[in-house]
Amino acid sequence: MAQLTKSDIGGFLARQGILVAFAVFIIGFTLANPRFLDPDNIMGVIRSSAILGVMALGVTFVVISGNLDLSVGSMMSFSTIVVLDLHDKLGPTLAIPAMFAMTLCLGALIGFLVGYLKLNSLIVTLGMLSAIHGLTLTYSGGKNMDIADKEGTWFSVFGQGDALGIPVPILLFVLLAAFLGIVLAKTPFGRKVYAVGGNGVAATFSGIRRARVVFTCYLASAFCVATAGLLQASRSMGSQNTVGQGLELEVLAAVILGGASLLGGSGTIFKTVIGVLMLGFIQNGLLLVGLQFYVQYVVTWVIIILAVWLDIAAKRGTLWSPIA
Amino acid sequence: MTGQTPALRLEGIVKTFPGVRALDGVSFSVMPGEVHALMGENGAGKSTLMKVLGGIYQPDAGQILIEEAPTVMASPLEAKAKGVVFIHQELSLADELSVAENVYLGELPRKSFGRVDWDRLYADTERILDRLKVGFTPQTLVGDLSIANKQMVEIARALTVDAKAVIFDEPTASLTDAEKDVLFEVIADLKARNVGIIYISHRMEEIFRITDRVSVLRDGQHTGTAITADTNEEAVTQMMIGRKLDLSRNVAHHELGDVALEVRNLSCGHLYKDVSFKIRRGEVVGFYGLVGAGRTEIAETLFGLRDPSAGQILLDGQALRITSPTDAIERGISLVPEDRKGQGLVLGMNCRDNMTLPQVDDLKAGPFVAEGAEVAIFDQYRDRLDIRTPGWKQLVGNLSGGNQQKIVIGKWLSMHPNVLIVDEPTRGIDVGSKSEIHNLIRDLAAQGYAVIVISSEMPEVLHVADRIYALFQGRITREFTSEDVTEDSLVRAISGLADNGGAQVA
Repeated sequence: MAQLTKSDIGGFLARQGILVAFAVFIIGFTLANPRFLDPDNIMGVIRSSAILGVMALGVTFVVISGNLDLSVGSMMSFSTIVVLDLHDKLGPTLAIPAMFAMTLCLGALIGFLVGYLKLNSLIVTLGMLSAIHGLTLTYSGGKNMDIADKEGTWFSVFGQGDALGIPVPILLFVLLAAFLGIVLAKTPFGRKVYAVGGNGVAATFSGIRRARVVFTCYLASAFCVATAGLLQASRSMGSQNTVGQGLELEVLAAVILGGASLLGGSGTIFKTVIGVLMLGFIQNGLLLVGLQFYVQYVVTWVIIILAVWLDIAAKRGTLWSPIA
Repeated sequence: MTGQTPALRLEGIVKTFPGVRALDGVSFSVMPGEVHALMGENGAGKSTLMKVLGGIYQPDAGQILIEEAPTVMASPLEAKAKGVVFIHQELSLADELSVAENVYLGELPRKSFGRVDWDRLYADTERILDRLKVGFTPQTLVGDLSIANKQMVEIARALTVDAKAVIFDEPTASLTDAEKDVLFEVIADLKARNVGIIYISHRMEEIFRITDRVSVLRDGQHTGTAITADTNEEAVTQMMIGRKLDLSRNVAHHELGDVALEVRNLSCGHLYKDVSFKIRRGEVVGFYGLVGAGRTEIAETLFGLRDPSAGQILLDGQALRITSPTDAIERGISLVPEDRKGQGLVLGMNCRDNMTLPQVDDLKAGPFVAEGAEVAIFDQYRDRLDIRTPGWKQLVGNLSGGNQQKIVIGKWLSMHPNVLIVDEPTRGIDVGSKSEIHNLIRDLAAQGYAVIVISSEMPEVLHVADRIYALFQGRITREFTSEDVTEDSLVRAISGLADNGGAQVA
């Protein structure tokens, strides 16, 4: 068996497929446009990935606990619109905590429905995607929201400022990732998230209050969404009602690309960060080779399909199997 | 049998996986009309051998011969087409389809334009069901059948082809005694039709009841074949584990302590009624009854998973309400559940994390989990319970059933519970680990733990329990001490029969 057989190659692809695909992308993009590996471009990709990345951190908790969160896109629109509106009414110092409180309430509602009432998270959050969108439009009366005096406020510091020579969005992303990464990997709560997602029944039989854990994961997700809304509002100082539309799928793509299983129980914050960056570089590369930005929507879908396929393929070691 | 052509023969089968020689030159044959038992501890190579036979794995060396003709089994479908049929332990039926559709799944008889020929389908199925003497029709929905009857559907499926060899993999794991008898009749019928039968089971009494020969695998090697009538349990066990097994009765030789747990007139809807019992420290109490007698439901109530509708639970003399497993665990009531993989363990987690899961909130260094303390606990209980694993990082899903069960037991022992409830402690566990777990339970009692053992295996309760409560249809029918119990009276008590062979109680 010195020769590589078809099934050997299949097995290798099944296990390392994501990395192989990513390497192919990088090489292809670099050949097509050498600017791809330019330090400025790389920094730009990281910077523009920060908002998506912050949301993906929270969704990682939800996915590891064995659930989904498809509401994060429209929840981010909500946070952005609310903080922009309150900024002019209350001033930034009060607007920010008020927006966080309102967003956390939405997270708590989802957490209650999925955790305590044990409703299917796909249905609950898909419904919330629509409901929160309606809430946002009702709140804004359908109008775009803008900060009146863009020069006279320190509010832009989150989206546009630098600290220690690093853009604030990147800094916040890194700090939040480090904090949540430690929570997930090192604390009793993190351990319980893995247990609940890995086998919820066994977790209950071990005395873990499963509903509380799921509830807290959705709160964490809402907190991350609120942070992302803050970054978005502060970057643009004005926004449409639909700013977060479609992000739920991109966030999910990044989390799965990082290697979290949709079945729950596996994944890490570090892997999610890798997934976010991979997605960012692929989307950036597509732009640089001259494709229109809306091609990204199709590509995101392809990436999700590929990631889900390779996830199950990696578990059984072959790309295809007649039995499930 | 001599001089005949074997229905099926395996010759020098070798199969290696990275780092493991799973099968090391195994040869084995089944004659037409013979029931041949295949035994071995978990991990001995039985499943691998059957997967080679079923075309799921290809052997690295050796060959398969059907009626002495060398054959390659490329896929499970091909194995079936060649007359080698498997009755799997885990049923693979579609609950939403009828019996007939399941029996002929994938090969429904057709009329023109691809329409199903229902008349022929039902007639063909009827003929097979007649042979099996079952009490359901081809039109019955499979989802409405009991597990035993579902198994009959699996067997009916095997009978649609001209089977040369039928392999039964742990077929009685979830059957009642009466259902077992029906299964054994079917096996006898197949035997009379000159089909060769491979019978895989851990249960000795079945092996000696129905098989003609016994072959034993140990560590991937064929350690021997014996004519069943010429051997005995002890000899077979010794072939399997390479040492002797103690199956004598075990009773407390130590002083019993105070009453740890008392239950008074506990009821839970129609699941069980008016149940009263008590258990002392240092005592092993057995709950013996058929599946559905309410045993597991009582345990679940004590563990906070069910609300009782009436009655009292007293722990150390204090009446209390247990509202959740968290609550039960805090009060020192622990449950080793019936379904090890579904309820006991997070299979994708490592050994250490599984073992310390219930106390992860208490093992803290600042805000973090004290991983050093966790490793110390794991090491302590790995040594004490003799858990065989390369290390704590090993995923629990990769361990054998016996070692998995020890992880669940260790999980609770490390929290020093007042009462330990063990539900079906040795289900699906090989003989060697079984006796280790039995000894462990006895040791725990000797150390002063109060242990409740729920079991549907009579030798098990007889072996480990100091006292036995017999359950029948949600009620405790009798209480036995280890001195006054007999197998006969125990069987009567769990079947609702009076002790003197008189009329039925319920």
